Amino acid sequence: MSTNTQRKGFGSTLWGFLTTVDHKKIAILYLIAGGFFFLVGGIEAMFIRIQLSEPNNHFVSAAEYNQIMTMHGTTMIFLAAMPLVFAFMNAVMPLQIGARDVAFPFLNALGFWLFLFGGLFLNCSWFLGGAPDAGWTNYASLAMNSKGHGVDFYVLGLQITGIGTLIGGINFLVTIINMRAPGMTYMRMPLFTWTTFVTSGMILFAFPPLTVGLVFMMFDRLFGAKFYEVAFGGNTVIWEHLFWVFGHPEVYILILPAFGIFSEVFAMFSRKRLFGYSSMVFATVLIGFLGFMVWAHHMFTTGLGPVANSIFAIATMAIGVPTGIKIFNWLFTMWGGSVKFTTPMHYAVAFIPSFVAGGVTGIMLASAAADYQYHDTYFVVAHFHYVIVGGVVFALLAGTHLYWPKMFGTMLNEVLGKITFWFFLIGFHLTFFVQHLLGLWGMPRRVFTYLPGQGLDTANFVSTIGAFLMATGVTIMLVNIVMTTVKNEKVSHDPWGDGRTLEWSISSPPPFYNFKQLPLVRGLDAYWLEKMEGKDGMIPAEPIGDIHMPNSSFIPFMISLGLFIAAFGAMYHAEHSNWAFPLMFIGLLITFGSMFLRSVKDDHGFHIHKEELMNDNKGVEV
Amino acid sequence: MKWLAKWRLVYLIAVLALFLTGCGEPYLSTLKPAGEAAKMEYDLMKLSTLIMVGVILVVTIIFVIVLVRFRRKDDRIPKQVEGSHALEIIWTVIPILLLIILAIPTIMTTFKLADVSAMDKKGTKALVVNVRSHLYWWDFEYPGLGIVTSQELVVPTNEKVYFNLKSLDVKHSFWIPAIGGKMDTNPDNINKFWLEFDNKKANEAGNLFYGKCAELCGPSHGLMDFKVKAISRDKFNAWVADMKKVKKAQLAVSASAQEGQAIFSKSCIGCHAVTPMNTTPMTAHLAPNLSNFGERSRVAGILPHTKEAIKDWIRNPEKYKPGNHMTGKYPKMSEDQLNALADYLMGLKVQQ
Repeated sequence: MSTNTQRKGFGSTLWGFLTTVDHKKIAILYLIAGGFFFLVGGIEAMFIRIQLSEPNNHFVSAAEYNQIMTMHGTTMIFLAAMPLVFAFMNAVMPLQIGARDVAFPFLNALGFWLFLFGGLFLNCSWFLGGAPDAGWTNYASLAMNSKGHGVDFYVLGLQITGIGTLIGGINFLVTIINMRAPGMTYMRMPLFTWTTFVTSGMILFAFPPLTVGLVFMMFDRLFGAKFYEVAFGGNTVIWEHLFWVFGHPEVYILILPAFGIFSEVFAMFSRKRLFGYSSMVFATVLIGFLGFMVWAHHMFTTGLGPVANSIFAIATMAIGVPTGIKIFNWLFTMWGGSVKFTTPMHYAVAFIPSFVAGGVTGIMLASAAADYQYHDTYFVVAHFHYVIVGGVVFALLAGTHLYWPKMFGTMLNEVLGKITFWFFLIGFHLTFFVQHLLGLWGMPRRVFTYLPGQGLDTANFVSTIGAFLMATGVTIMLVNIVMTTVKNEKVSHDPWGDGRTLEWSISSPPPFYNFKQLPLVRGLDAYWLEKMEGKDGMIPAEPIGDIHMPNSSFIPFMISLGLFIAAFGAMYHAEHSNWAFPLMFIGLLITFGSMFLRSVKDDHGFHIHKEELMNDNKGVEV
Repeated sequence: MKWLAKWRLVYLIAVLALFLTGCGEPYLSTLKPAGEAAKMEYDLMKLSTLIMVGVILVVTIIFVIVLVRFRRKDDRIPKQVEGSHALEIIWTVIPILLLIILAIPTIMTTFKLADVSAMDKKGTKALVVNVRSHLYWWDFEYPGLGIVTSQELVVPTNEKVYFNLKSLDVKHSFWIPAIGGKMDTNPDNINKFWLEFDNKKANEAGNLFYGKCAELCGPSHGLMDFKVKAISRDKFNAWVADMKKVKKAQLAVSASAQEGQAIFSKSCIGCHAVTPMNTTPMTAHLAPNLSNFGERSRVAGILPHTKEAIKDWIRNPEKYKPGNHMTGKYPKMSEDQLNALADYLMGLKVQQ
């Protein structure tokens, strides 16, 4: 690999992406794959809303509805939100700390391919006898009762994806601990890096319980174990605990990076440093910690008793405090600032009331006794869409506009961006606000239809209209992306003009080695400090020297492909043992063979020489 | 951007219209509490909503000021403020106080709602109902009274009714929104809780409350409705007495119904009981008890209570409740047989 800027054929571009270990290219892969699954999950959402637009509708059947609803949740959480968050972490975090790559570039690629193959495996279920249908929570008694292979796809697909996520989390942790540029102390890290750090720590502790739960269920469903079979002394409530010990931190895993993106946006477009930076960091860490203490609020009606319910109610309420701290600090970041309403800032501004609405319903849900009424109704559906769409998706859309120039070197159209925003915002509130009321009026969630004469018809129809507005917004964004890509007008290193952190100090997109010389960080908002002193670049912390870079590798792809194949073998082993066992064996052979190859083959990477760098005018000094 | 303003107007009107539609139906809505439990929960909802509206107001005021006052007008660089300890303390302490205000009644209510000591006392007079959930139907046993009914729970008003909840297949959740919060029916264990039905509110709601399954349990989860007939203690006692009188299957009167009974005894009795005594354990109940079917308000919990609906249901249950366990368990019926069966079933009444 070299710093070539020549045109490359499609084949070599594709090969480049299949073998890349560069965090910036992996970010693009995450963005494309996550974006694809976001559209798939969005189409599933539209099916749901069309089905529920009127009572007794038969747009889809009951069985199909449960599959669509299950896959909508599973896809959006595991295959859209997570990878899109990872896309921005990969694209931005190493640049923000002044690193040339992540700590383990090879693992970074492996994490992506595992996620992708897990996601593809899960979606293969549509074509192989039906998708999982026990909800994204996959409660054990229902999952064990589910016919066909749908739930097996869920159990195996999520295990593969989960390994990828776990690897990604560990990688980010090590990167942030070890690879910060000179002068980049912890308390000078941009907030997006901080949230990436805390999120990665949460991934490390949250995913193992899920994996345990999934492995139990895999053994139950495929190999005749009885972990969840009540008749044999198993217990289904254990699944609820294992799932939510993962599941609740998971929502913070998604929302913290969103907070990070918004913290960057507020500071940039208010031209002010983040108000109360240290309490923001403290609040982030506290949310990360408390996120593990509240899982049983998803189980208030399971029958854990008043003592457990009260404890978890209080813990859940407590988490509102650091979240509130954040909201006020963002508001006061804008206070006294010079607020420019770019597209990312539109999302950030809209995020505040939307997320506050989702946050206060969260506190209402925390009140255990009142939750007996809210639980498993459309009130809950409204609540978590307010936090996940109003928080995470808004952040992802803001991030897409904000970091598009850094990732692709060209700006998304601002006018179209704002049109998308208005469609999405209005559609979002129209869809989900009325769902609070539906829940309070007595509509349980996850129903494939409802009977007329219960006062639920109008609000459901309004909700469907909102969903169409959101879909329109997303469609306009796709048009925007295509138009921008075709035009491909190149932009400078700081296209928004208000960049504060290190990623805006190097060209857009950055050279593959990121920093020709590692920058010297002199404080929070390192690049802003230099700009304010009239400089247009960072002070280098080292002389120009050889840069050590990792080699590309096809092995991550092969390791993941092997597990993908083996999963099919495991799933069909009971009814088709003649070919399924060999298939499982072949798959595992590919995986472990690739790992063996990686272990025995010494790969020392390569060096970019000083002379090459001298001739290259990208990098620190633009 | 005029069209944008228009859209916002449409949106506002839509939201307003929804608010005006009020608080939902009295037999279904949690916002029209018709019992002590629902009332306690409703009070908590009101308290939390009040506090939260306060929080929203504060945020909105700051938010609006920011949006109006601090738009970028020139190229000036604002003062880089680090933060404020005083402010941080304010917006840490005030929320904590607000949460304490909410937490205390929450805990008190949680414990009150969980207090089922009365049902476990020796020689208790409290009415206890054993609820067993099955894939898409509900079974109710009154152990103290020795009777069983299904799909339509009958309860006396103005007294606490205690429930033992368990599922006999997958997990469901027992919920009567207007009467109180839900409690899951786990396959693993028995959950206990109480509800109370207010006499006046029950009359306003037509004495018939809607019950729902609130936990995803399969394709027909959304159709797993049941009804609750809330009547005064006197009427309830009369109903119990009438139920107890039925010691063996009632004999049909009309010729058609007699023919229906013959068909029923051949094809249906294997699963459906038509006597209300609880002589068999609840685990042995394979399908809803039909002893007082003629007095119920729905067919299969969801269809109108008409002869036509009964015929439709028996003709093809799968069409109305996908995934139910009745489909295919009996021979195909001719139109005459359906008529006869429907006549028989409509005649199954315990109260004269």
